[in-house]
Amino acid sequence: MKGMSLIVRTISRLIVAPILLFGIYIVLHGHLTPGGGFPGGVIIAAGIALLILSYGLKATTKKINYDTTKVLDSFGAFLFVAIASGAIALGYFFAPYLGLIAMGTPAQWFSAGGIPYYNIAIGIKVAGALAAMFIGLVIVIMMGEEE
Amino acid sequence: MEIILVQWILLVFMVVGAIIAVEIKDLLSAVIAAGVVGFSLTVVFLLLQAPDVAIVQAGVEVITLIMLVAALAKTTREGIPTPWMSTGILLGLVFLLLFLGTFATGLTDLPPFGNPAINVTNYYFQHGVQDTGAINLVAAIILDYRGYDTLGEAIVLFTSALGVAAVLRGFKSKKGGKEE
Amino acid sequence: MIANLNYVMAAAIFTVGLYAVLVKRDLIKIIIGIGFMEYGVNLFWISLGYRTGGTAPIITPGEVSHTASWVPQTTLVDPIPQALVLTAIVIGLGTTVLLIAIAVRAYQRYGTFDIQKMRELKE
Repeated sequence: MKGMSLIVRTISRLIVAPILLFGIYIVLHGHLTPGGGFPGGVIIAAGIALLILSYGLKATTKKINYDTTKVLDSFGAFLFVAIASGAIALGYFFAPYLGLIAMGTPAQWFSAGGIPYYNIAIGIKVAGALAAMFIGLVIVIMMGEEE
Repeated sequence: MEIILVQWILLVFMVVGAIIAVEIKDLLSAVIAAGVVGFSLTVVFLLLQAPDVAIVQAGVEVITLIMLVAALAKTTREGIPTPWMSTGILLGLVFLLLFLGTFATGLTDLPPFGNPAINVTNYYFQHGVQDTGAINLVAAIILDYRGYDTLGEAIVLFTSALGVAAVLRGFKSKKGGKEE
Repeated sequence: MIANLNYVMAAAIFTVGLYAVLVKRDLIKIIIGIGFMEYGVNLFWISLGYRTGGTAPIITPGEVSHTASWVPQTTLVDPIPQALVLTAIVIGLGTTVLLIAIAVRAYQRYGTFDIQKMRELKE
């Protein structure tokens, strides 16, 4: 992947930040509106894919490379299991243990116990895994070209 | 009711697009036709009142299309024609007929469209907010009541990322071996 | 029968995908066929959970508190199939990407997407 013309680069530079911000918004409001960790992670991964397609793999891997995405993937899974184990250790099932402090009124952001935090963990995990897969696939395709 | 009619038109469109995608010779056209089917499915999900699923389907469809096109760009667009008749194809068609017959007999036992028959839903409606605090019931189910499902999903995603890494690694070590 | 058109169409899409997997010799066509089978299954689940005249399973904030149980005021569609399909779609993306990577790798090694020719070249 060598990247595309100046017009594509300029437009994608303008548009990548709103895409990532929208992905983060979707992740954070998963318990109040349609969305959550899965769609938000997919949108963030799509933003990274846009960067790779427009700027090329070399320019993108200076910012975020294969190892970083793999670490993000593992860290998201670890965070999910850690929060859940903490809940079970305190004697609750998956969600409600943070609810001791933050059950709140429904439809406020600090309301649904552990669910927002699980959404953040799942969002990190899905975005990392999909970005790692995309970068890996592009590397596989490019290496065949060099051969 | 009009919503259901619109959705039926989209479903017919999807089946036609799927047949075109499978039968056309050019591989790039087949991939584009598959994308048409996927985005129609997104609209069908939205019309069937499943906004969460529609968002995921739209994002996933974009990434699948990009990856397939990227794979075709560096390989080949030329499809391989299927031979007209052989034992394998005949066996495949027999298997398809068997599947369709089984489905047709099972169809009469399904609950009619528009009347779901899962009883545990009533509990989730009545006590969902009380138990979890989340007003989006889909989020409440995937992250609380069925949290182990999500954990298993995370493991499957991790495994397939590992699989891509394994494909990559075999390539790298082989290449390094050549250079040494 | 006509009311259950959703189930029939889900089975039709599944059948087209199964036909591609069983009969086609092209690896890309087989990957597309597996994707169609996923679409059919997901559509079948979501159709199974639809309730006539229902709205999306998100409760209006004003009518509910976490101290008391709640009796639905309006018709809501079934959230359980949606939750199951949500995870299934992302898993489907993961398997599709792995399949594409393996297919590209096989093309680089054998120079073709034809599984019949690959079998001959292997020997």
